[in-house]
Amino acid sequence: MRDHRTRDPKPERDAAASRPAGESSPFWRSLDELAGSDAFLDTLEREFPRQAVPLGEGVDRRRFLQLMGGSLALGGLGACTRQPLETIVPYVRQPEEIVPGKPLYFATAATLGGYATGVLVESHMGRPTKIEGNPQHPASLGATDVLTQASVLDLYDPHRSQAVRHLGRIRTWSAFVDSLATALGAQEGTAGAGLRILTETVTSPTLAAQMDAVRQRFSRARWVQYDPAGRHLARAGARAAFGSWAEVHYDLSRARVILALDCDLLAGEPGSVRYARQFAQWRRVWERREMNRLYAVESTPTPTGTLADHRLRLRPERIEALALALAAEMGLGATPPAGLDRQLGTWARAVAQDLLRHPGESLVVAGEWTSPELHVLAHAMNQRLGNFGSTVHATAPVAAAPSDQIADLAALADDLRQGRVEVLLILGGNPVYDAPADLGFADALRHEEARLRIHYGLVENETSAYCHWHIPATHYLEAWGDARAFDGTVTIQQPLIEPLYGSRSPHELLAIVEGRPGALGYDIVREHWLPQLGSEAAWRRALHEGTVPDTALPAAGAAAGGAVAAAVQRLSERVASPAAEYTLLFRPDPTLWDGRFAGNAWLQECPKPFTKLTWDNALLVSPATARQLGIDEQRTGRNRDRHPMVRVTVGASYLEVPVWITPGQADGAVTLHLGHGRTRGGPVAEGHGFDAYRLRTRQGLWQQRGVSLQPTGEAYALASTQGHFSMENRHLVREATVAEYADNPGFVHAHVHAPDEEMTLYPKWEYAGYAWGMGIDLSSCTGCNACVVACQSENNIAVVGKEQVLAGREMHWLRIDQYFKGPSADEPEGVYNQPVPCMHCETAPCEVVCPVAATVHSDEGLNDMVYNRCVGTRYCSNNCPYKVRRFNFYKFSDWQTESLKLQRNPDVSVRFRGVMEKCTYCVQRINHARIAAGREDRSIADGEIQTACQQACPTGAIVFGDINDASTEVARWKAQPLDYGLLEDVNTRPRTTYMGRIRNPNPELEA
Amino acid sequence: MTDGPDPRHFRPDVVERVPVLAPGHTPASVTDQISAVVLSGTPRWFYPAFGAAFMLLMVLMFALAKLFFEGTGVWGINQPVGWGFAIINFVWWVGIGHAGTLISAILLLLRQDWRTSINRFAEAMTLFAVACAGLFPLIHVGRPWLAYWMLPYPNTMGMWPQFRSPLVWDVFAVSTYAIVSLLFWYVGLIPDLATLRDRSQKPRARILYGMAAMGWRNSAKHWHEHEVASLLLAGLATPLVLSVHSVVSFDFAVGVIPGWHATIFPPYFVAGAIFAGFAMVLTLTIPLRTLFRLEDFITQRHLQNMGKVMLATGLIVVYGYAIEIFTAWYSANPFEWYVVTNRFGGPYKYHYTALIVCNVLAPQALWLRGVRSSAIGLWAVAMFVNVGMWLERFVIVVTSLHRDFLPSSWGMYHGTIWDWATFLGSIGLFLSLLFLFIRFIPMISIFEMRTLLPEARMEERE
Repeated sequence: MRDHRTRDPKPERDAAASRPAGESSPFWRSLDELAGSDAFLDTLEREFPRQAVPLGEGVDRRRFLQLMGGSLALGGLGACTRQPLETIVPYVRQPEEIVPGKPLYFATAATLGGYATGVLVESHMGRPTKIEGNPQHPASLGATDVLTQASVLDLYDPHRSQAVRHLGRIRTWSAFVDSLATALGAQEGTAGAGLRILTETVTSPTLAAQMDAVRQRFSRARWVQYDPAGRHLARAGARAAFGSWAEVHYDLSRARVILALDCDLLAGEPGSVRYARQFAQWRRVWERREMNRLYAVESTPTPTGTLADHRLRLRPERIEALALALAAEMGLGATPPAGLDRQLGTWARAVAQDLLRHPGESLVVAGEWTSPELHVLAHAMNQRLGNFGSTVHATAPVAAAPSDQIADLAALADDLRQGRVEVLLILGGNPVYDAPADLGFADALRHEEARLRIHYGLVENETSAYCHWHIPATHYLEAWGDARAFDGTVTIQQPLIEPLYGSRSPHELLAIVEGRPGALGYDIVREHWLPQLGSEAAWRRALHEGTVPDTALPAAGAAAGGAVAAAVQRLSERVASPAAEYTLLFRPDPTLWDGRFAGNAWLQECPKPFTKLTWDNALLVSPATARQLGIDEQRTGRNRDRHPMVRVTVGASYLEVPVWITPGQADGAVTLHLGHGRTRGGPVAEGHGFDAYRLRTRQGLWQQRGVSLQPTGEAYALASTQGHFSMENRHLVREATVAEYADNPGFVHAHVHAPDEEMTLYPKWEYAGYAWGMGIDLSSCTGCNACVVACQSENNIAVVGKEQVLAGREMHWLRIDQYFKGPSADEPEGVYNQPVPCMHCETAPCEVVCPVAATVHSDEGLNDMVYNRCVGTRYCSNNCPYKVRRFNFYKFSDWQTESLKLQRNPDVSVRFRGVMEKCTYCVQRINHARIAAGREDRSIADGEIQTACQQACPTGAIVFGDINDASTEVARWKAQPLDYGLLEDVNTRPRTTYMGRIRNPNPELEA
Repeated sequence: MTDGPDPRHFRPDVVERVPVLAPGHTPASVTDQISAVVLSGTPRWFYPAFGAAFMLLMVLMFALAKLFFEGTGVWGINQPVGWGFAIINFVWWVGIGHAGTLISAILLLLRQDWRTSINRFAEAMTLFAVACAGLFPLIHVGRPWLAYWMLPYPNTMGMWPQFRSPLVWDVFAVSTYAIVSLLFWYVGLIPDLATLRDRSQKPRARILYGMAAMGWRNSAKHWHEHEVASLLLAGLATPLVLSVHSVVSFDFAVGVIPGWHATIFPPYFVAGAIFAGFAMVLTLTIPLRTLFRLEDFITQRHLQNMGKVMLATGLIVVYGYAIEIFTAWYSANPFEWYVVTNRFGGPYKYHYTALIVCNVLAPQALWLRGVRSSAIGLWAVAMFVNVGMWLERFVIVVTSLHRDFLPSSWGMYHGTIWDWATFLGSIGLFLSLLFLFIRFIPMISIFEMRTLLPEARMEERE
């Protein structure tokens, strides 16, 4: 796997050059850098005093040997780990439950922005290899999102920081503890007036309790939380609406009509995994006769918008106007804005009527990106519709200490500049990179008065370059902890593995500040929970189940009253003011989020929805805006991947970024995803994409009005995995409205007919036992990519790097095809997601043409790939109508890096150069189930085998099982008239089939 | 002379045409002049020419080293275009390798005596072209060290090749063709090798030619058996001319990809192959004939006839193009029709246009006698056809694959510097072999040329 060595040449010098000049902390990662460093001389002098001679200009042979020797000695030092105290003897009694070759599963939780998703982690002989959702966890229901799926790779990231460093030099943990203890001792005199602790959003009850203890010791210390992609505006909106900090979450299982105002309800909110599952249950018309209806209004396309029955493409300013019109229709004391065009008015009226027709069964949601006023309005609408208690629940905040994070961070920057901060402990996060640009956080951090700056993180990043100490953090799979889900449910995070590099957990670090150094994470978390749980048995059960019972926050009585008038007032004023020409929207990256996953090669290479971009971000503009900018010319031939650059200017800052023309983007609104353009954080993170934070200010957290765009005339190569987004009038995704479906349930077969089964030269296959098949529901796929990364994680799929993606050689076994529909790219009528794994054709074109029988039909209908036999003619791939086969053009798998070997699924071969590979329907899982069933002398039950994609899918859009047994779910799906095979007219008779897509449009709007 | 019908009545094409052998030659002069090419030392131009070819061969070696060391990723192939220059070159070289056997076998059976002076050369060219062609399927696979798995041989794995695959058919077709062509060529060489053995002044050359001549003593029995063997091999080789490229076309026709899946492919490929083969023979013969002053043996007649064959097979190829388009339209299959429109107007439209210019328009010049009888004119048309036939394979392989069924998977293909190095390098291999051939082996069959002399005919009739 080329996971951590990309082929994109980004000289390390860039990273070196970006270091602050005044900072005497040379961080070296290579011999070249080292050769020029004073610090190394210093070390060398102390280690080998007699050999210490001044460095000359170049490096001669003797010097080279000396450097090599020194490096080896230092390298050896870095590898020193504490030996276990126990005597090492072989197992006398085998540890309970461990059977070599059989994985174990442990419940824990992954967090994002503080919100926990319960997961079950597959562990092979003590190595966590794969993340699955925890079916008993409310935020998971057995599925996960794409980021959680990929998080296991972060554990094994070879570029994780592995040692405590002081000014770049490796130091011991005790040296750090001494240094911190001394500084804290000095703080005791002033009750910690100079102590600041900066964390990300904390939902952990244990950590919050520790913070309380810290504040008892240092009453004047300040705790600042900052999440660059946190829910700042939603929080502010809820506070305005409810009068105090509050959390709102939804129950989509009761919602018949949903209006999403610039909200990625199904893939971007805390709890989205659950919402997506609940939503999808309303979309299976063949199971449930009625369908819900989703209206989505958005300025930039989201996965939620792809499933909307009515999607409206509006600039954020006009979304506010629309919201006012809706509020007026619902009688919330608003007046529709004067300039509202008729079409929008009709839309607002129809939607408002539809919502009002479903009191208590409707839902209005506003996205984090919308203004607090719009949140207030959304809450008021739900109030008006009587949705509270039914589809909407307001609870106490999930965050342990909710606050205005932006203001707090600004105060911290101010304190730093004023010299009021002496000890700064940055517990995770990367503010130097991701703080709003107008705070000048990096400059503030450089102030001399802050004598002890500590950065605690998984990798040495931009922030650690500005800190004295860097402390390696534990991955969530390595340490004890706890976290709350979107509804407050607590999960106790249990480690799956000892910290790979002897790192300490945040709890252990904070224990030093509390004044009890040496406390173990396990004890800290357990001491917090044991009294509340009452018994050891309850503790064990909570660990086993992955949830602590009865910790979901109770719904509070909601009253969204007085703030509405003020919100309407402010919105009306804003809507009345003239709109700027261009508005710049910031969004968390669909795969890198706020940049924390930039070092994760799976996520870097995961094609982002709507652009299918990998390894970069781009400025998303609508076709009309591109024309306005004069950059809409067609690129052909070798220049196909080169995209024009524009300069985006916000105030005094500017950024030059390539443009990606995105149908479905609102005209005049341009989107830039956060999280790219890292300058420090390992070779995977560095140098890919463009740093949107340089333009992001406190006022324009998610939208910056009045930016200017100027084409620069330059071009930049963007690596997208899909070059063509039109279906070319081919019947690939087949769609009907619910009314059309009622008239003609078999509409999917109207245009294309599969040839007769007998029309093949070769004898038919007979299946006496199982016959595996898959069904994919196009009505509920959001295109969120969870399946893509789940497949990558399960099947040891290699990452190839940007250059190879540009060459068209990405390795994903499962891809999500995305098509825009409609006569013009300006106003796409719909966006379609179509996951395409191997179809396991009955008459597989690949099998016939392989000269060495390396791809063969199994007696259960699988199209097996025999890697050992493959010589790599690529004929099978050429002849595959679905182009799902992937070829190892180079040795893409990383066979060298030790840490990555640990991540691999031992049940799946790591492929060598020159062989073809493709989706196997997770044959290793089938075989596990077969063995288990065989031992119990029974047949494999329906649902016993879940493919990796199926298991990860939040909406449950994928089913898998035995199609020879009519009672299985997949057989029931396939018996539906809605079921069709992709390209069935080619007579491939695919085993993977699709359920046609059904929309439920509002007849009033369907003109 | 007066008995029997005048053979000219049966062979109207001979009437008042340029003869196949310039008048005034005797058996001795024929033998002298042709064997002198080999025996009279190396001409001065040979060194730079061979040196250039050899350097190209070294480019091939370097490109192969790079390929084997790093993998097929050095080429431009990708998803969806899994085959690129390697397969294009393979089909191109196999096509070129068709003229030799056609000239020596089919024309021998048809008693076309004008073939005599070019058959040796054409056969050698065939062999070298097939050698170049055979290289590509071996090197284009992802794990070339296992390419022998495509051969049927007993092994501990208990595995046979997968006989339904056209690639396995290819292995048989091409290897059979190579073996038969080699035998045919060698059998035809034996009397001339003996001539060289007898005429050579240098001891080492006499030993080597002597060994190669396999004890040829010019006895009547030898001649008789030689004749029988030649006829038998000609009989064997004849169906191969048709079968090899038919099988090669199955590589595409058996696939389901629109643009490949066509029943017209076998005849259209065979015609294309002969078209390409004659073009290459002309490309090489015209300069060599001048350089070695062999105008007496390779006369206007030969050039004209080859021009006619090119025109005829070129028209079949044009028909193939037309039928491809017609079938796509008539089938009403949107995928097939898209391939056609994409060839005309898609990203590879310039390749397709160039193909039409080279293969459809340029050969029409051969209707003019002036072009057919002009060495330069013929050579120019032949060069167009060489390029055009390479483009034809490019269009078939690349434009069909790059946009097939699912628009999501559409892509582009461009050859990299290593693709070009391998392609040009294979020309280096071909030319190196060819230069060695013309330097060490009589490139015109001496004994057969002697049969064209008037006295040979006289004896026949008496």
